[in-house]
Amino acid sequence: MNCETCIILQNEKIAQDTYRMILSTSHSVDMHPGQFVNIKLEGYMLRRPISISKIEDGRFTIVYKTVGDGTKHLSDKKEGETLDVFGPLGHGYPDEIVYDRILIIGGGVGVPPLYELARRCVKQNKHVEVVLGFNTKDAIFYEQEFKDLHIAVTIATMDGSYGIKGTVMDAIEEKHIDIETVCACGPIPMLKAIEQRYHQGFMSFESRMACGMGACMACVAKDKEEADLYHRICKEGPVFPIGKVVL
Amino acid sequence: MRANDMLRIDLPGLHLKNPIIPASGCFGFGREFSELYDLSRLGGIAIKSATPHSRFGNACPRVAETSSGMLNAIGLQNPGVEQIIEKQLPWLAQFDTEIIANVAGANEEDYVEVIQKLNDQPVIKAFELNISCPNVKHGGIGLGTKPQLAAHVTRLCKQAAKKPVYVKLSPNVTDIVEIAKAVQEAGADGLVMINTLMGMRLDLKTAKPVLANITGGLSGPAIKPVAIRMVYQVAQAVDLPIIGVGGIASAEDVLEFLYAGASAVEVGMMNFVDPYCCIKIIEELPTVLKTYGNDSIKDAIGRSFRK
Repeated sequence: MNCETCIILQNEKIAQDTYRMILSTSHSVDMHPGQFVNIKLEGYMLRRPISISKIEDGRFTIVYKTVGDGTKHLSDKKEGETLDVFGPLGHGYPDEIVYDRILIIGGGVGVPPLYELARRCVKQNKHVEVVLGFNTKDAIFYEQEFKDLHIAVTIATMDGSYGIKGTVMDAIEEKHIDIETVCACGPIPMLKAIEQRYHQGFMSFESRMACGMGACMACVAKDKEEADLYHRICKEGPVFPIGKVVL
Repeated sequence: MRANDMLRIDLPGLHLKNPIIPASGCFGFGREFSELYDLSRLGGIAIKSATPHSRFGNACPRVAETSSGMLNAIGLQNPGVEQIIEKQLPWLAQFDTEIIANVAGANEEDYVEVIQKLNDQPVIKAFELNISCPNVKHGGIGLGTKPQLAAHVTRLCKQAAKKPVYVKLSPNVTDIVEIAKAVQEAGADGLVMINTLMGMRLDLKTAKPVLANITGGLSGPAIKPVAIRMVYQVAQAVDLPIIGVGGIASAEDVLEFLYAGASAVEVGMMNFVDPYCCIKIIEELPTVLKTYGNDSIKDAIGRSFRK
């Protein structure tokens, strides 16, 4: 982890309130799927933690949703402008997941970190299937990007405007997907449902953070087994084995 | 004067090579920052609060951004004094910097217990009594907002302590000078001021508080003028060294605190914004001192009211 001035190579809208930004970096070799960066924005005090979506030589991609003034400001940034980026931070997915068949489940803005994971898994010759959940058709992104990896992609929308109507769990049931190893990222209700059904794999968490490096204790979660044990989402996470922490 | 000597300042128990100390709760035990720079470059470190037993702290969300600052309601999460002695202090011993133990508790006995356990730890050079945390239901700010109670806990801690005792004051009081005087009378060796200002934010979508704890402590540049005012008032009313804290983000901010009467400073939330900020401040401080006509730290202390 380090602070770096990154050049914005691209910043474009890819879905409703959703943007993709490509940034230059000299740390791409240190980046792993599931990790995040903490971005400083002029006029805002706290950095914005945003997960890394794609890692290439000398550059990386983030996909973010404009949920507040800070991310709105980020969406106004133009190509060639720079950002103060602290990262890569946290612990992502293991370098190699030991199972051969992996089901990737993403919900909304939880989808981005799963893309680089899917790329890695495909490179490692795993059998990968993807189920993505969104609220509406307008919010869908990365369907084609996953398909381009030659992976089976199933989309669920809550309002039924595209794909299977309902949650990602409804879609998994309807498609009779029987893979037992899961890598997931998304809203808490989705993660809770996944935890009920699956016992093998990993989940990535979101949290309000301040430092992003494990010092401030803003983003802690309790361990499921040990009463006094806790984990920092920004440091030991944001990726944890399924069932490790209290949701 | 050489840059190294310009920044040197001696306070009770603390021989600081420079006046920059990361504030308690904003730096953990330094482990994360040690991946970024050599902690021996710091004047000192005020480590995360120690309580007699481990504390998980408050529910999340624990932080919220504000204009020029942030609210936090961590709730003194720490592994407990025994774990700190076993796991953190031996690791901190490798660094050439002055370690200050921030001491917290739910009642006076807790403070005394923590001090007694830390007394014989050579790595600890001074105690900082946290009688000003706004985020715990018992102890904390309750002890820090009444002169008699603040004096009482200070006296008990002084009796127990084998090292100098600094008292970290709360700004959430009508008259901070009165508290400072009471604490001086009770035998404190120094003051650290100020802790966070109690505040809250509401979520416009839910109409409910953003923080799970409802209220939190405001820190960051937003509180700097309040801290400057309080240091200025207290420095002229008591005869104790003051470690200034509140929104420091630059070497210029440090100079302002020195002029107000502080002898050293703690840097808090800016460590979250720029993890290198303490080092940058240390590097820039000699130039800033000279730019405004100060030969050294000592030269600048209290210049705002000194004749």
